[in-house]
Amino acid sequence: MADPRSGVGAEQVAGGVPVTINGKELLAREGELLIEAAQRHGIYIPRFCYHPRMEPVGMCRMCLVEVDTGRGFALQPSCMLTCTPGMVVDTESEVTRKAQDGVLEFLLINHPLDCPVCDKGGECPLQDQTVAYGPGESRFVEEKRHYEKPIPISDLVLLDRERCILCDRCTRFADTVAGDPLIHFIHRGSNTEVNTFPDHPFASYFSGNTVQICPVGALTSVDYRFRARPWDLEETESTCQSCAVGCRMAVQSSRNQVLRYVGLDLDDVNWGWLCDKGRYGFQALNHEDRLGTPLVRSADELVPSRWNEAYKRAVEAIRAALESHGPAGVAVLGGSRLSNESAYAWAKLAKGVIGTDNVDAQLGDGLPAELILGLPLATIDETCTPGGTVILFAPDLKEELPVLFLRLRHAVLRDRVTVIDCHPHANSFTTLAAVSLHGRPGEQAELAKVLTGALGADREVAGVAPDRLARARALVEAAQGPVTVVLGRQTLGESGSAIADAASVLLAGLPGVRFLSALRRANVHGALEMGLAPGVLPGRVGLDEGRSWFASHWPGVPEVRGLDARGVLEEAAAGRIGALILLGADPLADFPDRKLAEQALAGAGCVIAVDQFLTGSSQLADVVFPAAGFAEVDGTTTNLEGRVLPLGQRVTPPGTAQPDWVIAAELARRMGADLGIESVRDVQDEIRRVAPARTDRAVELAEAAGGEAHAELEVGAEAQAELGTGAEVSGDADMPQAVTPTPPPLIEHRPGPIADPPPVDSYSLRLVVTRKLYDAGVIVSHSASLSSLAPGTVLRVNGYDFDRLGVVEGSVVQVKSPRGRIDVEIRIDNGIPRGTAAIVVNQPGVPVTELIDASERITDVRIERGDA
Amino acid sequence: MAITDAPKIVTSRFQYDDSHTLARYEATGGYQALRKALGMSPTAVVEEVKAASLLGRGGAGFPAGVKWGFCPPGVWPRYLVVNGDESEPGTYKDRMLMERDPHQIIEGVLIASYAVGCSQAFLYVRGEMALAQERIAAALNEAYDAGYVGRNILGSEFSLDIVLHWGAGAYIVGEETALIESLEGHRGMPRLKPPYFPAAKGLYLQPTIVNNIETLSNIPWIVANGAEAFAALGAETSKGTRLFAVSGHVANPGVFEVEYGVTTFRDLIYAPVYAGGIRGGRKLKAFIPGGASSPWFFEEHLDLPLEKVTVDRAGSMLGSGAIVVMDETTDMVRACHRVVRFFASESCGKCTPCREGTTWLERILKRILDGQGRMSDLDLLLDVADNISPGIAWPPKQTTICPLGPSAVSPIASAIRRFRHEFEAHIARNPNAALEASDGGASTAARPAAVETAVSLGGHHG
Amino acid sequence: MARLTPENEALAREIIARYPRPRSALIPLLHLAQEQDGYLATDAMEHVAELVGCSPAQVLGTASFYEMFKLEPVGRYVVNICTDIACMLLGADELLHHAEEQLGIRAGQTTADGAITLEGVTCIAACTEAPCLQVNYRYRYRVTPEAFDQLCEDLRAGRAGDIPPHGTLARVRQHIPAERAAGPADPSSGVQPAWMAERPSGEAV
Ligand SMILES: Cc1cc2nc3c(=O)[nH]c(=O)nc-3n(C[C@H](O)[C@H](O)[C@H](O)COP(=O)(O)O)c2cc1C
Ligand code: SF4
Ligand code: FES
Repeated sequence: MADPRSGVGAEQVAGGVPVTINGKELLAREGELLIEAAQRHGIYIPRFCYHPRMEPVGMCRMCLVEVDTGRGFALQPSCMLTCTPGMVVDTESEVTRKAQDGVLEFLLINHPLDCPVCDKGGECPLQDQTVAYGPGESRFVEEKRHYEKPIPISDLVLLDRERCILCDRCTRFADTVAGDPLIHFIHRGSNTEVNTFPDHPFASYFSGNTVQICPVGALTSVDYRFRARPWDLEETESTCQSCAVGCRMAVQSSRNQVLRYVGLDLDDVNWGWLCDKGRYGFQALNHEDRLGTPLVRSADELVPSRWNEAYKRAVEAIRAALESHGPAGVAVLGGSRLSNESAYAWAKLAKGVIGTDNVDAQLGDGLPAELILGLPLATIDETCTPGGTVILFAPDLKEELPVLFLRLRHAVLRDRVTVIDCHPHANSFTTLAAVSLHGRPGEQAELAKVLTGALGADREVAGVAPDRLARARALVEAAQGPVTVVLGRQTLGESGSAIADAASVLLAGLPGVRFLSALRRANVHGALEMGLAPGVLPGRVGLDEGRSWFASHWPGVPEVRGLDARGVLEEAAAGRIGALILLGADPLADFPDRKLAEQALAGAGCVIAVDQFLTGSSQLADVVFPAAGFAEVDGTTTNLEGRVLPLGQRVTPPGTAQPDWVIAAELARRMGADLGIESVRDVQDEIRRVAPARTDRAVELAEAAGGEAHAELEVGAEAQAELGTGAEVSGDADMPQAVTPTPPPLIEHRPGPIADPPPVDSYSLRLVVTRKLYDAGVIVSHSASLSSLAPGTVLRVNGYDFDRLGVVEGSVVQVKSPRGRIDVEIRIDNGIPRGTAAIVVNQPGVPVTELIDASERITDVRIERGDA
Repeated sequence: MAITDAPKIVTSRFQYDDSHTLARYEATGGYQALRKALGMSPTAVVEEVKAASLLGRGGAGFPAGVKWGFCPPGVWPRYLVVNGDESEPGTYKDRMLMERDPHQIIEGVLIASYAVGCSQAFLYVRGEMALAQERIAAALNEAYDAGYVGRNILGSEFSLDIVLHWGAGAYIVGEETALIESLEGHRGMPRLKPPYFPAAKGLYLQPTIVNNIETLSNIPWIVANGAEAFAALGAETSKGTRLFAVSGHVANPGVFEVEYGVTTFRDLIYAPVYAGGIRGGRKLKAFIPGGASSPWFFEEHLDLPLEKVTVDRAGSMLGSGAIVVMDETTDMVRACHRVVRFFASESCGKCTPCREGTTWLERILKRILDGQGRMSDLDLLLDVADNISPGIAWPPKQTTICPLGPSAVSPIASAIRRFRHEFEAHIARNPNAALEASDGGASTAARPAAVETAVSLGGHHG
Repeated sequence: MARLTPENEALAREIIARYPRPRSALIPLLHLAQEQDGYLATDAMEHVAELVGCSPAQVLGTASFYEMFKLEPVGRYVVNICTDIACMLLGADELLHHAEEQLGIRAGQTTADGAITLEGVTCIAACTEAPCLQVNYRYRYRVTPEAFDQLCEDLRAGRAGDIPPHGTLARVRQHIPAERAAGPADPSSGVQPAWMAERPSGEAV
């Protein structure tokens, strides 16, 4: 498949490397491996150890073919052989056949004949090869190798060493791709086995990939064992919704139950990999706690009700709020787990029908919408451009956007990308970075000034030593390739303004710089683009700039700019929000300031929740609508690059749960308005009409994505088609030229004044509040095999600060902020800079958000002995 | 027949008890070649060694001077790795040189590094050779103190650290790319050549020269006496002298330095000054001419000279200079099994045909020895061998990365071709041999294998 | 049974410093650990992993590849009888058989008193001195059954003075004096050695 983006493919073919395979003259690409070139021309050479996303090792010897490079034919491993001009290859000769048959027989002599009970049966390359070419009867009469049957090598993965054919795929993946060399070849020769070190399990966030790439059934998932046979599975292509990277996957089900996710190889995004949270999170879909019926509050209890009753109650509440407070009395929080289409429907309901701009898809834990929508964006590939420079003003990518971590790690190790790590403390990128600036929270803009040269590197800035600053500045100055800033919320202990200011400084000071968003929620980028944020309208358009255009498409447009999540919650706490709608949002768990969230839920007139589970917040609602979830709706999602990717429906939702857009349309209808939406396709058509400019970039990215997706599995043609309809500009779309000739301009971020750094209180430690991949969130806690993996948290401080505190390591201390107080165990960690203290949010048992005041820029804490 | 009085080049000091000390070494001309080399340009030293046509003594017999010229120009740093892993069955010469003349090796390393431009040298000694490690450590310590090794050697610009490194028991590490993997702290699994030819992409993927202990032990003599003197010894394609270990059923087993290319196998095995003939006046049945990897030779090969090209053409190799003699009493199935067992137990496990194939061969042979063979096993042995080394030819073709797997094929081919009747006699001991056409023999044939231990070395039955 | 002692850790650091990359010191450091404990203890391997900067699984992967490294405790003396081709021809199997009978154990086992572990091994490069064996990697040549019995008696009685405990190899260590050291050659330095420098690099070889 030629590369559609650049025409490079065409050029390469023109100037390609001529080779002859099986008598046919073909053109290989410069530097292309024989096994790949052959496959591109429809000649499949069998293989086990070769994997297109890893360095070849040439050890299974299955891909041997006869090759003549001028000195006569010899058997060569095609996975290690680069095509050279004039090379003559025979993949079907007698000698080739005999060698391959021989290898297959060698692999089988010690392989158990347990295909009927093996999870891989039916999708096993070894089985397929054997059926296709294998020896009939075994000539091996000796006893096969024996090992203890499957042993757990982690909480998620089992290993059956008898089935292993020692292809080095899992071990190579663990070492070179994931950077977690926790499984390894042990012993030698025919005693070689894959195993872990005693008491050091394969605890990698990426372990599930090894199950997927194992060419036999040696590695199996704890949660999939014996659940289904491949021929019983039906599958649909979709996009992972565990975070915003947008990894392409196949959703596989049997009897209307999702049983497995399989990573698909999307060249621009995930290269076939998934993280374990994404892969194993499907268990939450099937959880018995999923809501299948509407609930309404009766006295103190939520009781099941009919849809009609729930709609009635909701509409009444919204009407009442409008009457007493006007449109601003209705607020909508959440929407980042919705599809683009549902997000649009809800934006249209809130802004176009109800007329409120008090809408925010983020819960005070992200970055300002206009910043994210207005920065010049980079794709993942652009960020990973060989020789480029990447500045990380981002959370720990391994914890929040795991597959982006893999891509960037690869870029550093293989493509000479230079990384400047500006996280407030040591993290998973620190050892990969050329230099780390672990600056004081709240002072990121000062570090940014050093990077742009606006501030000298001759003295300490934000607590970072001058030599490090100078080194970082020198790297930026010397940058040859593109400079990209990965931008996200690093700590909930500070407000988003610190990072926003840093972005402004970098945008103004580094010509040509581009940004890759590191906001984490699955479709937060789609939700923001669809207008689920104050001050914006669908299609990356500002409220004021888009008012007249949207007035011609929508029943109405909000008159005044609304409030973000924090503002909404403050208004609710003050009794000025009559109807608070939570779109899959759980402010009690996710808003950084728990006290404010509690007060808001208590102070809101009526709380309406649209959710898949009863969360801490939806439990307090007056009306709860059960929403259809992932794999239960069709549509599209937008990843952190702004790339539009397909969501495929595979199963039906539990009970009578409905897609979010259906609920929006029905509420609108009952309020006397018509959203004009009968299907997902209707929404997509309308998005295309009202937001033409926005779709340009999305189309570009989606086409690139669709064009390069070479899935390891056959992907459903339907899903492909869905992607096409989701993003293409179809010829006959009736553009509303008659109404407003020019659509509004896209938002552009204009750096404003930069705030001075907050003052340092030398008696306190500044709190860094980060996340771990496994937490107490909905997906993890409802997935049986993941729920026990949330590691919990301790308070971590530098040894220097620790000594001044006079506490005992491992003891429980009191952590006090002006806002609140928690008890937590304390540990020394010299990866935490002096003057800061680090803690992980949303872990069982430690209510970290008690400490945070959302109206403050930073959180300073004092630490006292637990018995005080 | 040519038993010559060629000078002893690498064993000249063996007559002294203190041959391993610096004092003795200096007293017998030691480190003079280094001084001489430092007075020459590096290029001139390389040319001298080229002119001497010194063939590598590690097994492959590649000319050392030519190899030294293979490093890609302008790529720095370069390394020298000395291969002291001697483990090929029958081979015993490098250990002797390490234990008895360590300074000669050190001087060779210094001259080679100076000539090639290596910035650091590693002397990799086989793990099991404690005394060799001790002697080399002591010699290095002396040489550092005396200013022969380290910074600004003998006041020149030439600086070199020689690091003594030692293995931990794995024959395959003798293969040069596996040696490099091992020196990087990894499992000793060979790399694919190309692209990983050490001279281009060796240690830490930098240009690296790997030379055998005996090869480097020749260097001081060549530099001191000149290439001409060296090339005057031996035959056209095999110059100088060479060490041969003669073991097995001979009257006087030993390690002998003989003139290369002119002395014959018969000289070496039968001459009273060498191995002194077959023990007890028995008859020769077969001999391994160049280490366990080499196809076997027989009576009719005795008059071949110990010369590389001649022996290659005759279908075997001089390899590591190891001649193992088997007399008429030898059970050739047992001998064959023993050699195959070696390769099965030493396979690194990387390539499927070697890992599975050599083990399979070993188990079939063991079964035959245990009286559980079947007539079809002979074809099976040959076909399995063919799947490791297609065509069972010489030089061997391979389905593997390195020649270890195919090495197990040599004894099988030699023994079955020549002594088929001995296999058949063992098979005839199987009471179920008649049933073999079906799989009727399987139940008795499949003896429980030692679980997780494919190849047992401890047994005394085979 | 333990991490490296402070003295051994210091020695380990000295060894690491000789190599361009710490991981290269892995095998020598494992020998040091085995010298300390007689075998490779789990925590020693973890310690070595820390010192050379790799994972314990990587250390085990390397350690288990080489047969000299013992992952379980062995006897004070490990007696390796060569049973390879040259020794076999001169009675190695019979010698091993005799040893098994004499010690009352099979190859691969350790005597009840913990004195002797018996192993049959592949070629140990003393083929002209067959049959031969090693005790803790010190050679005994042309071993007769009687000589073997005498050896066992000497070992048990502490009369084998030239044989250190299992794990110790060379009793002389290399020491590179700081003032003489040229230093490790960093592979990424690209530095051409001084004595090659005056000449154009192309001409050098
Ligand atoms: C399986 C195998 C084992 C080897 N073992 C040794 C060895 O123990 N010692 C040695 O010097 N060369 C050995 N070699 C040869 C080396 O790969 C390499 O050719 C040699 O060290 C180069 O040195 P030279 O050119 O000085 O002979 C072995 C090769 C193979 C394929
Ligand atoms: S042929 Fe055998 S020893 Fe050589 S690399 Fe392959 S598996 Fe390892
Ligand atoms: S696929 Fe090439 S050797 Fe395995």
